[in-house]
Amino acid sequence: MIIHHPLLGPRDAQEFTFLGAATLIERPDWQAEDAQEQFHDYLHLRDNPAGEHRELWFHETGDRSWLVVTRNTLTHEITNVEMARDVARQKGRSK
Amino acid sequence: MHDLIAITPMGATDARIDTIKGMKIAERPDFALASVAARAGRETDTVDAAKTGLGLDLPPAGRFVTHAPYAAFWTGPEQWLIEAPHDSHENLADLVKAALGDAASVTEQTDGWVRFDLEGAECHAVLELLCNADTRRMKAGDATRTQLEHMACFVACRTQDMRFSVTGARSSAASLHHALVTAAQSAL
Repeated sequence: MIIHHPLLGPRDAQEFTFLGAATLIERPDWQAEDAQEQFHDYLHLRDNPAGEHRELWFHETGDRSWLVVTRNTLTHEITNVEMARDVARQKGRSK
Repeated sequence: MHDLIAITPMGATDARIDTIKGMKIAERPDFALASVAARAGRETDTVDAAKTGLGLDLPPAGRFVTHAPYAAFWTGPEQWLIEAPHDSHENLADLVKAALGDAASVTEQTDGWVRFDLEGAECHAVLELLCNADTRRMKAGDATRTQLEHMACFVACRTQDMRFSVTGARSSAASLHHALVTAAQSAL
């Protein structure tokens, strides 16, 4: 499987490690009133779609960037790759 | 005062040099290293300070630049590795920090790494056995981090087709050396 790194071009999947769904970026506010419930959902509830899925991949033996990879779980086709920090910043995060 | 003897990453007092059918694989302990990471929102300041203080145009992804006595590799977004001769720049991290001020964080890296230089007409044959980097398309000044025999290494093209450097973790120096020598013996 080849992942098209936004900065480095096509890279073999052996250079990456997989973390999980890209929703892990959206860590809840620990000071919220219902923080416990939010963290329960954040940690334990996962979508398991047969089709398009957004995932976090780490370019471990490359430039050590975190990427958000949009992959079809049925065909393994990768349709989009973004830098995870760009995705986080679009959501108003500072880093 | 302690009387300590400096040893190379391969554990000897002299750099290890192997020659296999015209291909030279040389350990290079004669370089000091320091990492640079631009602080949040300070990338432009870091690039400007490196230009003013070190004469270096910090390179974009996949490249390294040389401005004697310094060289700089791109290692990640807004991160670089600076290289200079060890004899004259043993305190490289201090020199780089003085040049960059509070625009970037600088860390001493000299003894964290081992560098081997591959020299000869058959570099591609050896490297393509070991890693994914498309060395045949690399020009002088191209550098990339990739996986080489399960070890993450920087592969840099110093002279197109003829001279490459492989920089990996010092703690894996002997494994990396073994991988390079074995690949050279197989390929050549």
